[in-house]
Amino acid sequence: MADGVKPRVRVPKEASAGEAIQIKTLISHPMESGQRKDDDGNTIPRSIINRFTVEFEGENVIDVMLEPAISTNPYFEFEATVPTSGTFVFTWYDDDGDVYTEEKAITVA
Amino acid sequence: MQITRRDALTLGAGALTLAALPMPVFAATADVDAAIAEFTGGAEMGADGIILTAPEIAENGNTVPIEVSAPGAAAIMVLATGNPTPKVGTINFGPLAAAQFASTRIRLAGTQDVMAIARMQDGSFVQASAEVKVTIGGCGG
Repeated sequence: MADGVKPRVRVPKEASAGEAIQIKTLISHPMESGQRKDDDGNTIPRSIINRFTVEFEGENVIDVMLEPAISTNPYFEFEATVPTSGTFVFTWYDDDGDVYTEEKAITVA
Repeated sequence: MQITRRDALTLGAGALTLAALPMPVFAATADVDAAIAEFTGGAEMGADGIILTAPEIAENGNTVPIEVSAPGAAAIMVLATGNPTPKVGTINFGPLAAAQFASTRIRLAGTQDVMAIARMQDGSFVQASAEVKVTIGGCGG
């Protein structure tokens, strides 16, 4: 596992049904591109998050394939609709096979 | 077609101008074309209905904020045409996406065109591109 990986997600606590809500996500991750060289001239191997998905109660909101050209600490901002109260599940897939998840509940008034 | 002496000279001059461009060109155009073909299957691309927002000048190529929006899109692919690997990412929108919009930060190796291609729900494709001038490249040299 890459060191110090920590997901951060911002979701409003409440929304009205069918409202478009804004979600911001960030995960601290070096996103080593595989292009850089260390001091001895050896290529530093690629180590990135290659996929990021968001689901709400089993339904897909967004599914992103990431390439090395995504910056360190990949950040995404997007919009989702919430039909009912429920939980967002955020999942990041690391090159080394690790999976990081974060959940956020939202109440629909 | 016969190549006249004049044609040959013009071609040569054009090639020289290209070679003399000050920025290093990393990705072969072939890579970009291959990435586009893989995504669109060679379909024609329109120009309406997609907005790519990128800064005109990015001081730091390591983190360039971009925003893509294409109402009615099923997926959007972003390409950095001047990067060692042109693909930046592909965003697929699910049924609960409120808007076909996303904002993220990308790496750019140098001054180049950033391109976004959207696959619409009806299977057509649209594309937009924006030039970003990069002061310090983001590939770690």
